[in-house]
Parts: sequence; C-alpha cells; structure tokens
Amino acid sequence: MRRIALLGMPNTGKSTFFNRITGASARVGNWPGVTIDLMGAKILMGGEMVEVVDLPGIYDLHGFSDDEQVVRHFLENNAIDLALIILNSCQLDRQLSLALQLKQLNLPCLLLLNMADEAKRFGVTVDAAKMSEQLGLPVMLMSAKYGEGYKPAFDAIGHALRNSQTVQPEQMHEKLAAEDAIEQKMEQVLKSAVQIPPRLSDDLTTKIDRVMLHPWLGLPIFFGVMYLLFQAIFLLSKPLQDVINWALLGFKDAALIPLLSTAPTWASGLLVDGIYNGVGTVAAFVPIIVLFFLFMAIVEDTGYLSRAAFLMDALMARMGLDGRSFVMLLLGFGCNVPALMGTRVMRSRALRLLTMMVIPLSLCSARLQVFLFLSAALFSPKAAPLVLFSLYLMSFATAFLTAIIFKRRLVSHEPFVLEMPPYRFPTLRQMVLRGWHEVRHFLNRASKFIVIGVVLVWVLTNFPAGVAPGSSATWAGQIGAWMAPILDPVGINNQLAIALIFGFVAKEIVIGSLAVIYGMEGAALSQHMAGSLDWVQAYSFMLFTLIYTPCLSTIATLKSESKSLRYVAMALAWSLGLAWVVSFVFYQSARALGY
Amino acid sequence: MSTLANLKPGQTGVIQAIHSEQALYYRLAAMGFRIGKTIEVVRSARFSGPLHVRVGSTDIMLRRNEARHIELVAA
Repeated sequence: MRRIALLGMPNTGKSTFFNRITGASARVGNWPGVTIDLMGAKILMGGEMVEVVDLPGIYDLHGFSDDEQVVRHFLENNAIDLALIILNSCQLDRQLSLALQLKQLNLPCLLLLNMADEAKRFGVTVDAAKMSEQLGLPVMLMSAKYGEGYKPAFDAIGHALRNSQTVQPEQMHEKLAAEDAIEQKMEQVLKSAVQIPPRLSDDLTTKIDRVMLHPWLGLPIFFGVMYLLFQAIFLLSKPLQDVINWALLGFKDAALIPLLSTAPTWASGLLVDGIYNGVGTVAAFVPIIVLFFLFMAIVEDTGYLSRAAFLMDALMARMGLDGRSFVMLLLGFGCNVPALMGTRVMRSRALRLLTMMVIPLSLCSARLQVFLFLSAALFSPKAAPLVLFSLYLMSFATAFLTAIIFKRRLVSHEPFVLEMPPYRFPTLRQMVLRGWHEVRHFLNRASKFIVIGVVLVWVLTNFPAGVAPGSSATWAGQIGAWMAPILDPVGINNQLAIALIFGFVAKEIVIGSLAVIYGMEGAALSQHMAGSLDWVQAYSFMLFTLIYTPCLSTIATLKSESKSLRYVAMALAWSLGLAWVVSFVFYQSARALGY
Repeated sequence: MSTLANLKPGQTGVIQAIHSEQALYYRLAAMGFRIGKTIEVVRSARFSGPLHVRVGSTDIMLRRNEARHIELVAA
C-alpha cells in the first residue's frame, strides 16, 4: 500500500487537515522505529487505498526535541510515497525552511499552504504559482478548517501520488545529514513570491491578551475559566452517566440475569458481578472523556492553553513542571483519566512522566463521593465541610511534594519555549472528532486491563467457595487480616481493608462494598460506622483512600500513556508508600495527642 | 552585555548573537530568532515568570533562563 506522511510545524492546522482528509476512520497505531503512537488512516484515493500518517509537528528536521527525533526515526524506518508539507500561510517567512529541508531529502513533496483564511485577515498575499515554480514543487493554498481550496488540494495530492516513486527508508538514512544552503534559498523565494506587511495587524489577539494576561487579573480569570470548565464537564456528564448506568442496569435485569438463570452460580457471578459490572464501570467514563476533550479542544485550539502556561509557569517551574502541568492537575480534580491523556500536549517525555506522577493525587469526583459519605457519617454538619476542605489541601500538598521529590529523577532538558498562536475558534467538527478519537483510544487500551483487574478483585472477594461475598472469610478478608500488622498502626481495621481492595477497582464502589461488608445500607450503614469507628480512624482511612491509588482505569491509562510497566510500578509503589506514611503520621500523632 | 532577559516590557532590541547549546539554538532559529531580527518584549509574567516576546510575525513565550542566552544591541 502507498503511504503519505503529513509533516509541518506545530500550530499549522496539520491535524485539522488530517481529520478532514481521513474523516473518522483514523486510528492510533505503532510504526517501526517510533516509540510513540501516531495517528494513521487508510483512505480511498484515485481508486486505490492509501495510508495517511500524521507525524508530530516539528520546527526543524535537525532539532533535538523528542518530536523531531520521532519524525526522523519514522522517515528512516518507513517507506514513503509522498510527503505532504503543511505550512501556515501567515508565517511563511520562517516556515518555508522546513519545506526546503524536506525537499533536499529528495522526498516527493507537495506543499499545502494552510490557513489561507487567516492570511487574508492579516493581509498576507501568496502567489502559489510563482512559489511552485521557484521551489519546483506543487503548491496549493487552502483552509483546512473551513474546507476552502480542499477539493483542488485533494486532487493535486492524488495526482502527485500517481507520479511519485516510493522512497525506501535506506535512502532517507543517508540523506538525513545536515545541509546549509536552506537559509539563502528561503530568503530568495520569500523575496520574490511572498509579501508580508511589516507588522501583522492582529489587533484582536493583542486586545484579548491584554485582559487574559493582565498582571493582576490574569490569574483570577484563569481560575475562573478552569472553574467554569470543571463545572460544565460535570454538569453535562452527570445525566449522561446516569443514562448509561440506567441502560446497563436495565439490560442486566431484563436480559442478562434471566439468560444466566440456568448457569452455575460461580459462572453467573463472574459474568454479572465481575465482568459486566466491570465493563459498566469503564463505560461510565465515556461521557466524561468525550466532554473533557471537547472542552480541551476549545482550550487548546483557541490558544488559551499556552496563555495558561504563561500565567502559571513561575510557580510550576520551581517544582520541575510547567504551566501546562498545572492545567492538567486541576482538570484531574474532575477525573484523573482524561487529565492523564491530556498530558500528550507536552513534548518532553520527562516532563510528561512527572506530570503523570502528580495527576493521580488530584482528589477526583469518585473519591469525593467516599469522602462525602464518611464525613457526613462521622463528623458534625459544621465540621464536615472543613474535613473536605482539608482533604483538598492534602491533595495539593501531596501532589507538590511528589513533584519536588521526583523532579530530580525526571528532569526535563527541553528548554521551555512555546509559541503563543493568535486566538482562534475551533470548529464543531474539530471538537467532536477529537472527543471521539480519545474515547476509542481509551476503550481500546484500557478495557482489557480493567476487565482483568475487575475479575481478580471479584475472585478475591468471593472465594473460597461457599463464604459470604465480601466477608472476612474471603481471600480479600484473609489478605486484610494478613495486612493487619501494616494497617493497624494507621487505624484501618479488617473491614476497611477489604473496602480498600474494592476501591482499587474504582472509588465509586467503595461505599457499595462497605454496604456488602457490613451487610447494611444507607442510614443504617452510616449509623453503624459512626458507632464502630472514631473520627481519627475515619480521617486516617480517608487520607489513605485519597493517596493510595486512584482506580484501575487510571492505572490502565498510566500504563497505556507511559508504555512502561516500570514507571507504573514506581508510581504505584510511591503512592502506596506515601499513603501509609501520611496516614501513619496523622493517626499516631492524633492518638498521642489524646484523641 | 545586554540580553533579552534585561529588556523591560515594551522595549525592543536587535538580536546580535544566540549563545546557547545546539538544541535550543535550532529551536529558536526555527521559531524565527535570527541575527539581525528585531525582538520586542510584550509583557513578562509575575514572580519572575516567563517573557512574552514578539519576533516578526510570531508571539513566543520563553523562560528568563532561555532569554539570557540571547544577546541584543539597541534597536
């Protein structure tokens, strides 16, 4: 099959073009020689199937950033029939160098000058015919966002592909050596074919920046924006999640249970309580992920993400992170899973890994449910909000502590230089496609891992055969008893230890599992727990629940995003250890003070 | 020696040299930082945060650490 590679600098609308040409058929996949996932799609072009691969945006073929390495390795390991080079028409003065570098590799190239709409607004005029003649490459003007000029560009791509010769990776290997004449050639082409006004007339962006990046108002506005985003995601996803849960429950009661009525108890238990409920837990994440990425697409594509980074960088730099890490950390307070996936905007791997270490400590909405229940059961109505507030503070404190400790291990060598693109508004299509891709990615990667984990916990809490599920006679109960020497010093009893094992799957089921463990529900459960635990034990349990591990979906996402089991093991060991130390210090000092 | 880090918001300078290791040099060059180009500091973030600068048609943020590598002469 013939292959087209998409190349270009960041912020040129490369991915928008990719989405337009591939529609919803794109998939995340692995390619030889490249360690990260790339988006690829097979499309029909001129009667044959063609593979299109979206390479990371790069500034320079000879740079040393992670993305530039990825592109070089891709070219050195994969045969290519056509390189589509996408440049921003407004910034040809500095982007043309990339096109010339690629041309010098003797790759069959086609130049797409994107953002023709924005160029018009800035008063930039481009003579495509003249540029094509000078460069010896086909040059097309278009707007990937609005589709203007797309049809002729598509036809030109088909035409170029028919006439091109496949370039084998071995040929590329030799040619990817440094070259110098590019600068001169670029000046020459620019002088004759492009006219740029001395100062671009984008008043609007300057005006918006004056408010958004205001020395005093900038940060309050940023927190306001984050708060609104956060609220919007949860306001909108709650009813959707309810509908999904309702449908799953309905299917279970109406079809699954009658269908399995003749099956042995263990088989129906495994299928219904284990796998089906586990899959349901995963499905409940879908609305949150779609909405999160809809809003992330707005924040990112409008150009606000780099502004947020500008505002928060001073503080985060001291912790080895950058401004974007903070945005993800905040969004993690909704749900850790999409926040982890969102770190893909970071280019340096070390920075990404450090940010991904920190995000699971954000007090997500599922943990909030546990804390709401326990603080209402064990604290006075006056004290309960303070308890919750202190847990949020702990969440930030542990996140910052983690960053400070691990910043020496995960040092980002990449200089922090970030472009601040003019404000733009993404189209609905861009946002919807983004949400859809991310959900599919999550389901593909996380579902197997989660099903295995769910089955494991089900086995632990239901076996050996014949014991009451969730009781202290189960294997989970035995583990709880066996862990007693470790968990007693932090005030966590055997029943709570079983709940922690359930909580490993998802925090949503912790309260439900307590109901199973104690054999009572709702108000009766609250009363019983208030009677059998004191507040020091309960708070220690909450601290432990906050820190020890977010949930199976988060761990699965950590694994699929980092692609390193060692890293996941390190992250888990750290959070488990930290949870114990924090709970221990709290529990023992509270007891020592006589509480 | 005057560097980009010494510039106050609203001031401009002309890039005279970029003293940095190769990776940063290439990156800055690819973003439009070239010798002889005029650079303007649009604003700086509080608490010695990053600088917001404009080179030609591009707005860029960079940390003061990186800005120290860029030597300027008066415009």
